[in-house]
Amino acid sequence: MDWQAIWLTVRLAAVVSAILLVISLPLAHWLTFSRRRWTFLIESLVSLPLVLPPTVLGFYLLMSMGARSPIGRAWESWTGHSLAFTFEGLVVASILYSMPFAVQPIAAAFAQVDPALREASATLGASGVRTFLRITLPLSIEGVIAGVVLSFAHTVGEFGVVLMVGGNLPGITRTVSIAIYDQVQALQYREATLTAFVMLVFAFVVLAAVYGLRRRPWSATPLA
Amino acid sequence: MTLSIDIRKRLSSQFALDVAFTAVPGVTNLFGASGSGKTTVLRCLAGLLRPDAGHVSIGDRLLFDSTASVDIPVQQRNVGYVFQQLALFPHLSIEQNIAYALHRRPRDEQRQRVNDIAGSFHIQHLLDRMPGQVSGGERQRAALARALVSDPSLLLLDEPLSALDHAIQARIMEDLRAWNEAHRIPVLYVTHSHREVFGLGERVVVLERGRVLATGSPHEVLDHPSHVVLANLAGFENVFDATVTDRHEQAGTMQCRLDDSNTDLEVPLTDASVGAAVRLAIRAGDILIANQEPRGLSARNVLHGRLADLTRQGPTVVAKVDAGVRLMVHLTPRGAESLGLRRGNHVWLIIKTYSCRIVVGGS
Repeated sequence: MDWQAIWLTVRLAAVVSAILLVISLPLAHWLTFSRRRWTFLIESLVSLPLVLPPTVLGFYLLMSMGARSPIGRAWESWTGHSLAFTFEGLVVASILYSMPFAVQPIAAAFAQVDPALREASATLGASGVRTFLRITLPLSIEGVIAGVVLSFAHTVGEFGVVLMVGGNLPGITRTVSIAIYDQVQALQYREATLTAFVMLVFAFVVLAAVYGLRRRPWSATPLA
Repeated sequence: MTLSIDIRKRLSSQFALDVAFTAVPGVTNLFGASGSGKTTVLRCLAGLLRPDAGHVSIGDRLLFDSTASVDIPVQQRNVGYVFQQLALFPHLSIEQNIAYALHRRPRDEQRQRVNDIAGSFHIQHLLDRMPGQVSGGERQRAALARALVSDPSLLLLDEPLSALDHAIQARIMEDLRAWNEAHRIPVLYVTHSHREVFGLGERVVVLERGRVLATGSPHEVLDHPSHVVLANLAGFENVFDATVTDRHEQAGTMQCRLDDSNTDLEVPLTDASVGAAVRLAIRAGDILIANQEPRGLSARNVLHGRLADLTRQGPTVVAKVDAGVRLMVHLTPRGAESLGLRRGNHVWLIIKTYSCRIVVGGS
């Protein structure tokens, strides 16, 4: 077992899902309740990673992190090193890659809160923030938890984007899925079998937790 | 404090709201068919919907004025709103629901106010329960308490009681009236039920397709002859104040004397006691007319009178009969023809006991 890879993966997934939670709450709120006509464009943008091959996403990310792109140069002049092939770069890439898995369940949960409850809250003198914290959020908590769990799990399982953006540096960018790939390449099938089994059990436990929380068997994908 | 509203709001190419009326402290019914714009008016008053033009004020406090660019946000309007589906917060206890509007006030004051309002609406024993654990009537009481705990300057009720049975509804309205006696604010009560118009409000504003059709007391509004639409909306062309003179418990009926007349009617029994004032309503189409005194009838009410007027309105002939009181009767053109009815003729009106509805007094 590659404990270093496991620890790195857990750290990466934890950081990513925490940051995604902070980003997704306001973003999902805006997507759900904004009356602007072009919200669907942002929705599509957020959901792109669902349909785009990870290599395509990874390719664009790699290009934009490189020394020739303005973002890459700004990062380098700020931190002194490149964003590509670092843990930070992996975090940025994973946030974009896993964003739909956080935003969609949270937005879906917000949308099913009865609008009359938010209106009632407003007529009772509550500000938008208070209405969100006291009404919308508590009534969508299942969706929020699902969003966090799914974005964590999805980050754990990513492969293509990590390979493109992070490469395969032990302790820095080598995640579990990369480690399995390595083990197979090196014909270490015993190692690979064990690691793969750990991932399988993990994925099942996560999905069981999400479905169990919703208590509506097979009603939809975990995203709906 | 008087509510004054004069607003215009276009909702679609088919529907535009254009209403102006005032409401003094006490209960004013906002009456109309569904789709007449009642809820839209409430939403504009609460600030949930922005009118295209006009103004809204309570006393000398301006809530909305399109010319002065005043539009007080919902949160600052201090307008109590009880939604049709009540919108109690399902994850908060009744107590937390009621205290929701008080979060900026000191703890002691919160507790005091919650206890006072819970007392007014008789739900002290339910404060620890969740909204899902109490009955429909108790939920209505909780929603009223929540809307009133912060002393709003206006209360808006969007048919919150229409799903309840009449006895429970009447008791809740009594509690609301008692509260309103001590806190003189305008209460706008939206309804499409004629029973509620007669039973609950001191004044009525009738809406029809986004416009005010009539305002006044229920009696005035319904007696106004030009409002055929209104009569149809209300469903009753004949409305009388009367006094209960006798009760026949066994027969399930009681006797009423119509005020300012010698006319007696037998009507269905209610819990109104002898001497109590009631209001009766009879549909014009439920009255039979005869040109000679009928015999061998099961109907208990036969009134003698003279035909005062006979006019044709589309497929209906409208007869007005003086029988101590003025009654309106609808009949078909062929029916009127076969009787050879002429103005001034003696006629007899036949009214079944169960065609007389008690709309106010008793339940």
